[in-house]
Amino acid sequence: MTKIKCALIGSGNIGTDLIHKIKRSPVLDPVWMVGIDPNSEGLARARDMGLKTTAEGVDGLLPHVDADGIQIAFDATSAYVHAENSAKLNALGVLMIDLTPAAIGPLCVPPVNLRKYADERVMNVNMISCAGQATIPIVHAVSQVQPVRYAEIIASLASKSIGPGTRANLDEFTYTTSNAIEVVGGAKKGKALAIINPAEPPMIMRNTIYCLTEGEPDRDTITDSILGMIGEVQKYVPGYRLVNGPAFEGDKVAVFMEVAGLGDYLPTYAGNLDIMTAAATRTAELFAEEILAGTLTLSATEAAQ
Amino acid sequence: MTDFDPISPSARPLAGKEIILHDMCLRDGMHAKREQITIAQMVTLATALDDAGVPYLQVTHGAGLGGNSLQHGFALASNEEYISAVASRMKRAKVSVLLLPGLGTMKDLHAAFDAGARSVHVATHCTEADTAPQHIAYARKLGMDTTGFLMMAHLNDPKGIAEQGKTFEDYGAHTVYVTDSAGYMLPEDVKARIGALREVLKPETEIGFHGHHNMGMGIANSLVAIEAGATRIDASVAGLGAGAGNTPLEVLAAVCDRMGIKTGVDLFKLMDIAEEIVTPMMDHMVRVDRDSLTLGYAGVYSTFLLHAKHAAREFGVPARDILVELGRKKMIGGQEDMIQDTAMTMAKARAEAKESGLLPASSQPERQVG
Repeated sequence: MTKIKCALIGSGNIGTDLIHKIKRSPVLDPVWMVGIDPNSEGLARARDMGLKTTAEGVDGLLPHVDADGIQIAFDATSAYVHAENSAKLNALGVLMIDLTPAAIGPLCVPPVNLRKYADERVMNVNMISCAGQATIPIVHAVSQVQPVRYAEIIASLASKSIGPGTRANLDEFTYTTSNAIEVVGGAKKGKALAIINPAEPPMIMRNTIYCLTEGEPDRDTITDSILGMIGEVQKYVPGYRLVNGPAFEGDKVAVFMEVAGLGDYLPTYAGNLDIMTAAATRTAELFAEEILAGTLTLSATEAAQ
Repeated sequence: MTDFDPISPSARPLAGKEIILHDMCLRDGMHAKREQITIAQMVTLATALDDAGVPYLQVTHGAGLGGNSLQHGFALASNEEYISAVASRMKRAKVSVLLLPGLGTMKDLHAAFDAGARSVHVATHCTEADTAPQHIAYARKLGMDTTGFLMMAHLNDPKGIAEQGKTFEDYGAHTVYVTDSAGYMLPEDVKARIGALREVLKPETEIGFHGHHNMGMGIANSLVAIEAGATRIDASVAGLGAGAGNTPLEVLAAVCDRMGIKTGVDLFKLMDIAEEIVTPMMDHMVRVDRDSLTLGYAGVYSTFLLHAKHAAREFGVPARDILVELGRKKMIGGQEDMIQDTAMTMAKARAEAKESGLLPASSQPERQVG
């Protein structure tokens, strides 16, 4: 069966984990890995897994896009580099899945709004943040039932799973996630907190979601909605698990989640990284299915939406 | 006041050392008040502390900038409102704030600076200093007195603390603090960590110590910190702070006076403030009791105390058992959501055990500590 050919930009842990997930996909085929350091372990790993590699950044990929039929690219570099990467690849008709905080394209949480973006033929979708992927589905599940005047999420992350880029730019994580709780989750106001815990053995990613509803929460309907949403996320992140709740106290709904990764390349405790790569893969798959079905044709654009 | 002492303060070993006291009542004390201190109370206490010569006062939500949240509680006013009300009335004292990256942001810091804050504790867990570069750099850009604050310092060894402190110094911190958030450390632990920092930091970089009194060690630990080279000590008048409170500032001032350590504060005024302003503000006596001692003994973040008591009432699991379990699970500052989660999990497990006859109706004592 024909698969849609993909390029991965950024040869770090996320990139390597993506190769594993994309290789398993019935509709995606990882062909290129783009890095900037010829001696990087990530590029060596990619070569070992049968990918073509370049150490010249996205410019090293551009001449091959046409010949190798690349239609989707995943960017796991940085917000700063992403804008340029996206412009160059969009100009060649390549769809961008953005795993950086750049957020040039619309913010995507697959079970909430992926369908809509596929229908709108957007050429760049942003995956927000790990905490966003883990918590926004729950906020959305509550706001579908009744208005949420305030939602707050707390992400506890294993220290070993947080790379230098996130550490040096923690405010971007806070701003991006808080904004997405409102824009995608549907809360009138959103707030995101991140805790980095160095415990050994490393703790599995935990997420707590608090929603304040307008009026008394409709317990049964909200509970059903949350459980349904957890099932949707589990389709692409099997380790997405409800630990406690939903607990109700006045107008507050509290949900306590755990996210274990698949352990493809990243250890299972790094559910935060896994949920990003899984969501990105799921996103690419929906677009790929449409391309293969002939219902979507990607076309070159001047710049991303 | 020390005429009756046969050993003159000037003959004591730490005589002549100068330290800067930093009062925590209006920040750490917010924890003990469930964030419910009014602006008027803040102004009354702060002006009295200023008048007594306390050089630095920390004023924010207990969890610092960005702290107003379901996770940490909502205060009666915004941080900016508290800070500007206090800062505008200070004759000498500088107002400081707390900022935990991941909760507070540079935008929050800017707003605090605009409201009159001129000093900041940028706080990370004791192994995560590298989550603070942008905040420390931004504080320096604003021209603030900038501290890197290593919380739960008992969870990193002296060598590790020294490395983390060096990281803060490299980012631009003027001062590096060893922070005994759990009130767990013993004097030799403090001495080793401050000593290790002193060896690696530049001579002009100051070292500070922030204690909690959960094991009754606030004063003793502050003294060994001074002996090992610390020049800044956090404390709070009457000990108003999380857990069994911070090092009681007026007591430390009295001890320093006896030892010839210069603090520049007026001891009798501080005693009066403790008696007449702070103690009457307390909702519960801030002291070493069963639960706060558990924090110190098990090495648990002091702020967890009241949250654990709330969860204990809600889910029928003793607060001490919850605190010990949190210590065992290595939960750190900021993970207050895990208190309810842990209590719910324990309640479920106990209900199941009771049903299967494994546990008597009353809970069994646990011997495990973190």
